[in-house]
Amino acid sequence: MLEVKQMVVAYGRVNAVKGISFTVEKGQVVTLLGTNGAGKSTTLRAISGLIKLVSGEIWFEGERLDGLAAHKVVERGIAQSPEGRRLFRQMTVEDNLKLGAYSRKDGTAVKADMDRVYDLFPVLGERRQEAAGLFSGGEQQMLAIGRAMMSRPKLLMLDEPSMGLSPIMTQTIMTTIRELQAEGVTILLVEQNAQAALSLADRGYVLEVGQIMFSDSGRALLGDDRVRRAYLGAD
Amino acid sequence: MELFFQQLVNGTSLGALYALIAVGYTVVYGIVQLINFAHGEIFMVGAFGAFATWMVLGQPTNWGPAASLMILLPLMLLGGIAVSVTVALLTERFAYRPLRNAPRLAPLITAIGVSVFLQEFVRLFYGRIPGFPDAKSAVPFPSIAGISGEIIQIGGVTIQMPAVFTIGALAISTVFLWFFVNRSKTGRAMVATSQDPDTARLMGIDVDKVIVAAFAVGAGLAALAGVAHGLSYGNIDFRMGFLAGLKAFTAAVLGGIGNINGAVVGGLVLGIVEAMATTFIPGQFGSSAWKDVWAFALLILVLVFRPQGLLGAKVVDRA
Repeated sequence: MLEVKQMVVAYGRVNAVKGISFTVEKGQVVTLLGTNGAGKSTTLRAISGLIKLVSGEIWFEGERLDGLAAHKVVERGIAQSPEGRRLFRQMTVEDNLKLGAYSRKDGTAVKADMDRVYDLFPVLGERRQEAAGLFSGGEQQMLAIGRAMMSRPKLLMLDEPSMGLSPIMTQTIMTTIRELQAEGVTILLVEQNAQAALSLADRGYVLEVGQIMFSDSGRALLGDDRVRRAYLGAD
Repeated sequence: MELFFQQLVNGTSLGALYALIAVGYTVVYGIVQLINFAHGEIFMVGAFGAFATWMVLGQPTNWGPAASLMILLPLMLLGGIAVSVTVALLTERFAYRPLRNAPRLAPLITAIGVSVFLQEFVRLFYGRIPGFPDAKSAVPFPSIAGISGEIIQIGGVTIQMPAVFTIGALAISTVFLWFFVNRSKTGRAMVATSQDPDTARLMGIDVDKVIVAAFAVGAGLAALAGVAHGLSYGNIDFRMGFLAGLKAFTAAVLGGIGNINGAVVGGLVLGIVEAMATTFIPGQFGSSAWKDVWAFALLILVLVFRPQGLLGAKVVDRA
C-alpha cells in the first residue's frame, strides 16, 4: 500500500533521514521505533508532503506521492495526527473535527463520521462546543486522532500518540488503534513507548540516526535482545 | 457638546476609512506574517480603478440620484474592486510567493519595492491610456448624485453623505467578514492557517489558495476605501496610499495585528483620536499639522503599555 524507497530528507544541509526504505501493507499496523532524533517524525512529515525529499521515492497505491502538495496527499487518503497533537486550541472540538474533514465534499457522511468519533470518545461528544485547549492531554490526543480520522483515511499516521499520557490513557489510545485496524484502517505508528507499540504492531522498523537498523514482526521485536536493551529498559 | 458630536462623526468617518484599509494589513499578516507595505497602493489603485470605470462609462455627469446610486456607484465599486484584487493577486503571485521561504526581511523589502513601483506606474502610465487624465497631479474624482455635496443635518451636527457612505461600507464589510470568517469553509481554513500553517496543510487545506483569498479580501475592502476617499475628498492621486496606508497599518497594530476585529476597532479609535485632537487640544498642538503626531503618539503609547494591541494580537499557540 505504502512504499518508501531510499528516502533522504534534510533540514538545511543536515540529512535527518539517510536513505530509508520500508513498506506498509494494507490493513497492517506498522510501527517506527527509535529515540529522539532518529528521524521518525521527519519520515511522517515527508510522507505527508510537508517537507520535500532530497532523493528517493514514496509510492502509495501505485501512485507516486513525493512531490505532491500536502493537501493533495490528504486527498489521496493519508491523514496524520502530528507530534504534540497540534490542535487548533482556540477552536471548539466540533470545529477541529470539521477541519479534519476539510478535503471531503460529502456533508452528511461527515456528520455521521463525527458522531462515530463521539461514540469512540464520549468525552469529546459531551463537550463538543468547548475550546480544544481546555481539554486534558489524553482528551486532546483523542481529539487529534479523531480529527485525523475525519478525512476517512486509508492510511492513518500517528506520531507519538502516547506522549505525555498516563499508562491508563496510553492503554485507551492503543485499544482505539486496534479498533481502527479492525475497521480496516491501515496504521503507521511512531512511538517511543516500544512496549505498547510493538504489542499491537504487525511489523516494526527500528530507526537510529536516520537509518533503519533492522525490522521484524512486532512479536519478534518484543523478544529481540537489541530492542529489549535499547527501548524496553531490560539489561 | 455639539462640537464634540461633530468631531465624533468626522472621526468615525475617517476611522472607517482607516479600518477598511487596516483589515488588509491584518489578514495578510495573520496568515503569512508579512507586513504588506504595498497595501496602501492597493487602496490607491482601487480609487483609480473606480475612476477608470467612470471613464469607460463615458464620464456620466448628469445621472440623477437613483441611477447614480443604483447603477453608477455599484459599477465604479466593482471596477475598483476588480482592479485592486487583480493587482494584489499579481503582487502576491509574482513578488511575494517566490519569497515564501526566504528570510522575513526579503518580502518586507520587496513590499516596499512593490509600493514604489505601483505609485510610479500610476504616475507615469495612467495618462497614457487614451482619453484618460494625467495622474502626475491630483485627479478630480467624479461626483455621484445623492452623495457628493449632500449632507444630513441632525441638530447642530452636519453629517456629510460621503461619511455615511464610508461608515456604511465599513459596517457592511464587517458583517460580511464575520460571516466569511466564521461560516465559510475558506474563512475557517484561513483561521486554521493563521493559527498553525503546517497543521492546516495536514487537514487538506491548500495554503496557497488561503493566501490568495486573504490578499483578495484585503484588496476588496481597500478598493471600497479608495472610492470612499475619492467621494470624501473630491480627488485622488498616486501618493494617496502612502499616508493612508501608514495610518491604516498603525490602526492594525493598535487593534492587535492579525486580529480582524482589532483592525476595525483600531481604525475607528485612531480616526476619532485624530479628529478630537485637532479640536480639543489647545494652541498650535491642536492644529491639523499635529494630528499625525497624535496618531503616532497613540501608537507608541499602545506599543509601550499594551504591545499586543487593544484587542490582542493573534496568539500563535503551538503546545
